[in-house]
Amino acid sequence: MSAAAARKWRRPPVLIKNDRWRLAIYGGAIVYLILAAASVPVDPARIVVGLDRGWRFVEGFLTPDFISRGNAIWDGLVESLTMTVTSTVVGCLISVPIGIGAARNLAPLPVYLLCRAIITLSRTFQEVIIAIFFVAMFGFGPFAGFLTLSFATIGFLAKLLAEDIEDIDWRQVEAVRATGASWSQVVNYAVQPQVMPRLIGLSLYRLDINFRESAVIGIVGAGGIGATLNTAIDRYEYDSAGAILLLIILIVMAAEYSSSLIRRRLN
Amino acid sequence: MLTIEQLDKTYRTGDHALRQVSFVLEPGQLIGLIGPSGAGKSTLIRCVNRLVPPTGGRILFEGVDVARVGRRELRRVRRRMGMIFQEYALVERLTVMENVLSGRLGYVPFWQSLTRRFPQADVDQAFALLERVGLGDQFDKRADELSGGQRQRVGIARALQQNPELLLVDEPTASLDPKTSRQIMRLIRDVCEERQLSAIINIHDVMLAQMFVDRIIGLRAGAVVFDGPPAALDDGVLTTIYGEEDWTMMRATAVEDAAEAAERAEERMAGLR
Repeated sequence: MSAAAARKWRRPPVLIKNDRWRLAIYGGAIVYLILAAASVPVDPARIVVGLDRGWRFVEGFLTPDFISRGNAIWDGLVESLTMTVTSTVVGCLISVPIGIGAARNLAPLPVYLLCRAIITLSRTFQEVIIAIFFVAMFGFGPFAGFLTLSFATIGFLAKLLAEDIEDIDWRQVEAVRATGASWSQVVNYAVQPQVMPRLIGLSLYRLDINFRESAVIGIVGAGGIGATLNTAIDRYEYDSAGAILLLIILIVMAAEYSSSLIRRRLN
Repeated sequence: MLTIEQLDKTYRTGDHALRQVSFVLEPGQLIGLIGPSGAGKSTLIRCVNRLVPPTGGRILFEGVDVARVGRRELRRVRRRMGMIFQEYALVERLTVMENVLSGRLGYVPFWQSLTRRFPQADVDQAFALLERVGLGDQFDKRADELSGGQRQRVGIARALQQNPELLLVDEPTASLDPKTSRQIMRLIRDVCEERQLSAIINIHDVMLAQMFVDRIIGLRAGAVVFDGPPAALDDGVLTTIYGEEDWTMMRATAVEDAAEAAERAEERMAGLR
């Protein structure tokens, strides 16, 4: 009985088939990583000074002062919330038609391309950059913030809505179309019921995001609580800054909790 | 009432789904369309109301060539043809009543359908139809709460709500158990008799077809290979339609199936027409 030669088996390489290329590319990546890490300047003396400042920040945070800048904080919060709600509503209203237009199965090619272009434009730039642009255009204050958040909402919501529409069960659309329904009736009867729960969920989620973003873009001058926070930090009033941060955390938590509650009830 | 002349459909992938299909549907007649999967049954039925645009031939419905009408006229033709689907194709998140009333979409203006304020006559008729299909008290349930047989009954009510002259029925029993299948087929035949409707019924179950239709058309690879009364359907004929252990054929149809599905997906991409 001749023993059959043991058949060896190894898992075939997943990405790069050629041995040499694989070695070169992975090796190159590791070398680059090491060189890149080594090139980041680290200044120990600065870190020691910074630790002290960081500590003062933490101290302020531990002894938050809600009182001495109370009015400014209150105004900032109201402004932020106003910005958040108005921009979310306006952004959602605009993103519905754009989202429909960006769904390849509902829109003709030119409309599709136009809507996709709008979405791409909105998603290319981070909120802070858009905010700087709008502040330069319309001056400091919540109006620039409102525009920024509306614009960012469009890119976010329209893209996700369009993808949701492209994934719908097409048989339902065919069935409604077969009754002689018009395009708008098909959208209302066959598409809307399929995407509505997710659309509402996403809008609430965007409400959270917009509040958080309103704090960030305030730092570049677009009004709201971010502007108040920026002022407090500039003046080294870390106790007021701590108070503001605590309030932001509380509001974000409350918004997140309530929106997840609503989303759960929708399904 | 419906004359199909040399109907041809070649999908853009090059698949020849229908080849020179011709037949005349008489008023009140029930045609059962049989054939192996991929033979073009589904394509044929979808060409009649132009959910799939044909590439050649004519579809004369009461004198109108459906293959060539404009968009507005197409909607008018479609509302005269009720369609019943495989796996029901109800709008799952709408109520039973909304699903049935959607059969009137071709007749009411957009704002009226948006606010769900259908004319009282339509609502009366919808209640009567739900009663007729045995779902009189389920009108406010969501469609996805119903069982398979119940959903297909809603599908039938939706088609009848159009007050159609012709029913297009695509594999109505494909996902139902044998008993429910018979009940559904009987219901379809009965309502057709009551209303003097003609119907084209795609059906893969030959026995079921023989029990419930007046005439059988057998398709094979997109061409009509049999057209006659159910009684004439003997083993020889079945072999011409389905082939006897014709494996190359079966493999070809499997490929064709996949191509057809891919093509349909692609046509969706072309948007609503």
